[in-house]
Amino acid sequence: MSLMVEPGEEGRFGQFGGRFVPETLIPACQELEVAFREAWADALFREELDHLLKTYAGRPSILTECHNLGRQLGIRLLLKREDLNHTGSHKINNVLGQALLAKRMGKKRIVAETGAGQHGVASATAAALLGLECKVYMGAVDVERQALNVFRMKLLGAEVEAAQSGSRTLKDAVNEAMRDWVATVETTHYCLGSVMGPHPYPWMVRQFHRVIGDEAREQVREYTGGDPDVVVACVGGGSNAIGIFSGFVDTKARLVGVEPAGGAAVGRGVPGVVHGMKSYLMQDEDGQVQEAHSISAGLDYPGVGPEHSYLAEIGRAEYPAVTDDEVIEGFTLLARTEGIIPALECAHAVAWIKRAAPEMQGQTVLMNLSGRGDKDVAQMMDILG
Amino acid sequence: MAVGVLEGHFRARLATGKKLLVPYVTGGLTHWKEAIRVAAANGADAIEVGIPFSDPVMDGPVIQEASQRSLDAGSTPRSIITEIAALDVGIPIAVMLYYNTVFRMGHERFAALCAENGVSGAIVPDLPLEESGPWCEAADAAGVETVMLAAPTAPDERLPRIAARAHGFVYAVGLLGITGERDALAATATSIAKRVKAVTDKPVLIGVGVSNAEQAKEACRVADGVVQGASVVRRLMEGGPDLVGEYISEVRNAIDG
Repeated sequence: MSLMVEPGEEGRFGQFGGRFVPETLIPACQELEVAFREAWADALFREELDHLLKTYAGRPSILTECHNLGRQLGIRLLLKREDLNHTGSHKINNVLGQALLAKRMGKKRIVAETGAGQHGVASATAAALLGLECKVYMGAVDVERQALNVFRMKLLGAEVEAAQSGSRTLKDAVNEAMRDWVATVETTHYCLGSVMGPHPYPWMVRQFHRVIGDEAREQVREYTGGDPDVVVACVGGGSNAIGIFSGFVDTKARLVGVEPAGGAAVGRGVPGVVHGMKSYLMQDEDGQVQEAHSISAGLDYPGVGPEHSYLAEIGRAEYPAVTDDEVIEGFTLLARTEGIIPALECAHAVAWIKRAAPEMQGQTVLMNLSGRGDKDVAQMMDILG
Repeated sequence: MAVGVLEGHFRARLATGKKLLVPYVTGGLTHWKEAIRVAAANGADAIEVGIPFSDPVMDGPVIQEASQRSLDAGSTPRSIITEIAALDVGIPIAVMLYYNTVFRMGHERFAALCAENGVSGAIVPDLPLEESGPWCEAADAAGVETVMLAAPTAPDERLPRIAARAHGFVYAVGLLGITGERDALAATATSIAKRVKAVTDKPVLIGVGVSNAEQAKEACRVADGVVQGASVVRRLMEGGPDLVGEYISEVRNAIDG
């Protein structure tokens, strides 16, 4: 069967996905599904989105070969430079799409959750551009460690509310955003930031990010004359990974999603249901969701997008985990060898590449550099001294 | 399945001209069993026992706090449900829980656990109609009544399907939002109850945002009864079971008056 196609009315990727939300939200999810389906098939909508991606977000993002690090590791290493997009990460692709869709549906307000703050900043940006009211929920712990992004969101006119419940990280920000949406669904669009949540989000967000993979496939072919042997991306919810995988799922490339050791939903989780979806989930024997622990706020999530669970289950993609120490090493490695400071999230992918390089000698490895590390510099100052 | 214990009990009560009062108590919270006994003694028609979950997206601050306290005290779905068996309060007990609790244990095993411990019904607020099949089949087979929720946002065509799938009663969600006390009863409370009553003869209770005796009385002008959640749990946390008893008695008098 072909992979990464439309998941059908029930929003299933194999056994995963679905729409496990309170009754109150069912009509909104159905309305969103219809609106997205129509918009995606509407040439005018696609033109408007493409125009914004080109003239506002700065697409297409470039491909950079890492000659120094590649030589050091014995591989050919290519980076898809999503870090160079406006707002500093891949998140803008999805947010521009959803904000345009929200306007098309007549919504005046968007709510969003954020971990590291990248999706929150992107949402606040799109809201400012398109004249939407914006509220961002962020775990209180993350508000602390990503103070710069909190200020950026406020500067852009968004309201930021610290989620004080549970682990006070991304998982709890999602809970608060969903609680807001349950109460405001008639006027508000939930601008979900990853390939997770109830149908149609995992599918819709993937479609908004597949531009990463589509561009990269053309760029790699033009640059190297073929497809990469390995495609690597970090995975929290998994949107940047799904975006780049979608360009290569039908090639022979090995697909690798790198999880943090303290938030390895695919690696250590079992199927569960939370945040509207059935997917691999870190949980205890009673089904209580466990808290993730990662050096990067953006990957501090105990679940994962359902399509990743499916790709893992059928063996099309693999999901190794790296430790915080390896991540710190990957962060400085890319900075010193290539003059590129990666987001801590992406440093997970760097870390895995370094570890796996001995078994990839001579291969072409494409990594999605989904965000830049400016936001993490203050945190790294504390860690590295 | 045939009419179950919960629905049978409700129909009998309604036939005597009474309205239905269902307090919600978070299982595993300090003095939760005493609160249930005192609620039953003061005129509750059934009890909804909340099984705490780490990520209760339909719940506001009061029930979130109660859930966290219960989890911190070490309660589990199994410990709460097995303790229900020994309650013997003479009125039906339903559990309110999030779907992952069922999914993790397995549909059949969870339904059997309920049935073995005298739990008559289950309310699963994050399990909408389209996803309810596997659980409802297991629950039906075990004789556990699955209460379905009807939200104000539901289009007309959806309500008869929800009502047809419901056992025990239909839970009319009183407002757009999460559980918690509000200053006034939302207009959506009576309008959704009216719309559901128009398509079913099953008992229709309003829950979420019915915050005091006066609001309960107003809700019962249209609905067959009310679920009282945050207002009960807050009293239990602030003042203990006696305060719950006084409150249930006050609501009982208001809706019967």
